[in-house]
Parts: sequence; structure tokens; C-alpha cells
Amino acid sequence: MSEPWWISAIKAFLIINLLLGMFAYMTWVERKVLGRMQLRYGPNRTGPFGLLQPIADLVKLIRKESFFPASAVDVLYIAAPVLSAFTALAAFSVIPFGAGWHIWKWDVSGVVVDVPISLVLLFALSSLGIYGFIVGGWASHSKYALLGSMRTCAQMVSYEVSLTFAVLGVVIMGHSLSLVDIVRTQHDTIWFIAPQFVGFLVFFIGGIAETNRPPFDLPEADTELVAGYHTEYSGMRFGLFQMGEYVNMITLSALSVTLFFGGWYGPWAPLGPLWFLIKLLLIIFVFMWIRATLPRLRYDQLMRFGWKVLLPVATINALVTAACVVAF
Amino acid sequence: MLRIFRGTGLSHRFAQERGAHVSPQPLESLRGFGVTFKQIFHKPITQQYPEYKRPVYPRFRGRHRLHRHQNGLEKCVGCSLCAAACPADCIRVVAEENTPDNRVSPGERYARIYEINMSRCIFCGYCELACPFDAITLGNEFELSEYSRDDLIYTKDMLLAEPIKKVPVADRDLYDTPIPYYKEHS
Repeated sequence: MSEPWWISAIKAFLIINLLLGMFAYMTWVERKVLGRMQLRYGPNRTGPFGLLQPIADLVKLIRKESFFPASAVDVLYIAAPVLSAFTALAAFSVIPFGAGWHIWKWDVSGVVVDVPISLVLLFALSSLGIYGFIVGGWASHSKYALLGSMRTCAQMVSYEVSLTFAVLGVVIMGHSLSLVDIVRTQHDTIWFIAPQFVGFLVFFIGGIAETNRPPFDLPEADTELVAGYHTEYSGMRFGLFQMGEYVNMITLSALSVTLFFGGWYGPWAPLGPLWFLIKLLLIIFVFMWIRATLPRLRYDQLMRFGWKVLLPVATINALVTAACVVAF
Repeated sequence: MLRIFRGTGLSHRFAQERGAHVSPQPLESLRGFGVTFKQIFHKPITQQYPEYKRPVYPRFRGRHRLHRHQNGLEKCVGCSLCAAACPADCIRVVAEENTPDNRVSPGERYARIYEINMSRCIFCGYCELACPFDAITLGNEFELSEYSRDDLIYTKDMLLAEPIKKVPVADRDLYDTPIPYYKEHS
């Protein structure tokens, strides 16, 4: 399916803007959901139901002084949030959101770029984004930020292994590294959540850790580390970090929809991208639900859980899947 | 030897295995998800403040008031006992003699200047305790924000005037004791 480059460009533009809008309103949804779960209202002053809150936040962040610590490593300090936000946005480009359409005389595929190794590309990009967090904390020359960075290093290394191993089962079953092919296989056979339930659990837990969400929010544990790696950031630089984090969360939810819940295919009516969006929002809600429920892990618990529970389970899952696929 | 027995509850177990591995309790954690989810359907308990003002207790200590006798004379005689009692040192009294053609208070003297610096006041109520004539009391008003610190220095005229902002006060019969304890024994 070949399409002219400008169709890809338009799709990329649309997807990036959709993502940014979604990020903005996800902060609103998250605050609302958390509020209701804690018997509060959440934002309700700016506009009806507080719907203008993200815009107010944006205006505030843009107008705020971008504080620069005197002893910070300037190039890295400025580049780190840019790197994080960029890779987060770029990683979404390989996620398929529709079956593809035929518009007038062009074939428009349901993904920004369809590369045969899209899964590897996605993991590579999200790992690159972590450098933004690590370098940003180190470059701001602050104890809390450095501690946050160290925790980011340890946590990301520990959980990325499990995350990748958990996906291995899906790759083996789908016989492909391309997300589009994996979704098609699921449509032809069965959603991978059923045979790969253990894999999904490991993937989801690892994903929460990868996106620094509670209960794995040690890199920015605000009760211990002020704000972790972005302690010294303010204004829109902080906004970029926040953006990277939330977009990572969207990407991860989208990835779990793609890998385990049949992507853009629904159980009945062929709604295409709408199905994708519904499933995506449901998984994001689960992310928020977990944040409202579970307390933060201690550092040693985090490490023990990652290496002694998650990794063996993921490995066994991959091995058993491989054995089953070979046997049948 | 004194031995303190602790209960066999959770605290005891944690004391025994401090720092040791505490077994994970996945079922209890899952129940927690149910608890948080149920809250969504409850009405939030937040009180939306500027629209809804929760009634204060009748003896809530808020903004000060100076009082007059029924014949219009000020109760304050400028004795400065309130200023002496004030722990935050926020009251300033400058007294002056009453003259036959300028009688402000029934006593020998009156307060020519009576200022309370509201940004320093801690609303302890010692001033009304110290006052021998009940000339100063603490009212119920608590919305005292101003844009400038200078506006927080309340003058005698402001304290004598009835406050403009009205505060809902809870039913006095429910909460108020007839005679304050400190007046009972004096």
C-alpha cells in the first residue's frame, strides 16, 4: 500500500494534534476521576465542569518564567524535555488506529508509518525518551533531581526487560513484529488477551512502571523527592516533561489495545478508529483507577518485584508460548 | 523488669519484622479497587465555599468589634489593658482625657486612637478577656482578605461600625453556654 508522502504528513499532523489535545484533556479527566474517587469534585471553576482547566494550565505554564539553575548544564538542561516530548510523540506514529481507507484515488492506511519492525521501533523510541528524564535530572544539578534520575535509571532498566519479554509472547503468536499484522492476526483468530493473559498482566504492570505512574512513581515521588527529576524545571519545560509522560501513557495504552485487545476491531459493529478510542480510554481509566487506589511502593519492594517476580513470570510466559506455538 | 505487651495486631507484626519482607496481600489490594470505584457514585462531600458558607459556631472568634453604651458613649476608656494582654502585640491604643465639651466615653479617658493590625492578630481573644468594660469583643466575621497590608490595620471607626459582611452563624442555643467559663469565676 503506497501512499504519497504528503498523506503521511497530514496524518502525522492530525495525530500529533489529537495526541496533544488528548494529553491536555487527560489531565482534566484524571483530576476529575481522582477527585470523584476521593469524594472531591476536581476542577470545577474554569468553565462548565472545569472544562477550560487545561487551557488555563497551558496559559499559566507558557507565561511562567522558565527558571534556569545557575549551575545547570545548559545544553542538556534545555534539550532533555524536548527529547522526552519528541520521542513520546514520535512513538505513537507506528500505532495503527484503523484498517485503512480508500479516499478518492489514494489509499490511506490507518497508521502514520507502517514499518515491518514497528514494535522494535516503538520500544527503541520510548527507551530513548527515558534519556530525557535521566539527563534532565542530572543536568539540573540538584540533589532531588539527581535522586529522581537515579531512580528513573534503576526502575526503567528493571521494568523495560519485563515489558519487552511480556511482548515476546504476542510476537511469537502473531508471527510478526509489525503492529498492523498483529492486529490482523488477532482479528482472524482471537484477541491475544485470552491466550496471553499473564503476558498482558506483566506488560501492564511493566507499562505502569515505564510511564512513572503510581504506584511506581518513585522517580518523581513528590512526598520524598519534591518532584523528582523535574524538580528544577518550571514553565513550559516542565510542561514538556509532563506532556512526554502523559503521551507515553497514551502510547502504552494504545500499545496494549493493539497487542492484546484487537486494535481497531471491535466485537461487533465495524466502527474502526472509534473502537480503538473506546478501548484506549478504558485502559487509561484503569491507569487512573490504579493511581487512586494503590500506595507507592518502597524502593526495595520495587526492585524485588521487578527482578524476582515480574521477570521470571515474563520469561516463563514467553517460553511456554514458544513451546505451544511450536507444538501445535 | 517491665515488659510491655503489644497486641497481636498488625503493629506487632510490623514491629517484629521491621525492614523484613512483608508478604503481599493481592486480595486485599483488589478489594481496595472496589472501594475507590464505589466512591465515584457518591456525592462529593466538598463544600463549595464562596457559594455555600458553612455556619460558624456562635463563639467563633473572628473580626473584632468595639461597642458603645446605649446612650451612644463608647465603652472603651483607653486603659490599654487589651494591648498589654495581646500576645501578638497588634493593638495600639492612644488615650486622651475626656473634657466636658468632648465626652466620648463614660470614664476619665477615652481612646483617641484604637488600631488593630489584623495581619498580626492571632484571634486568641485575650483582648476581650482583659477588657474590664466589655468594650471589645470578637465577632464571627472571618472574610478579612485585603489586597494591601495597610488595609488590614483596622481603625477605631471601622471597629465601631457594624461589619458589612454577614456570616451565617449556627443556632446559638445548640452550642452557646450561657455564661463563659472565665466570667463564671471572676
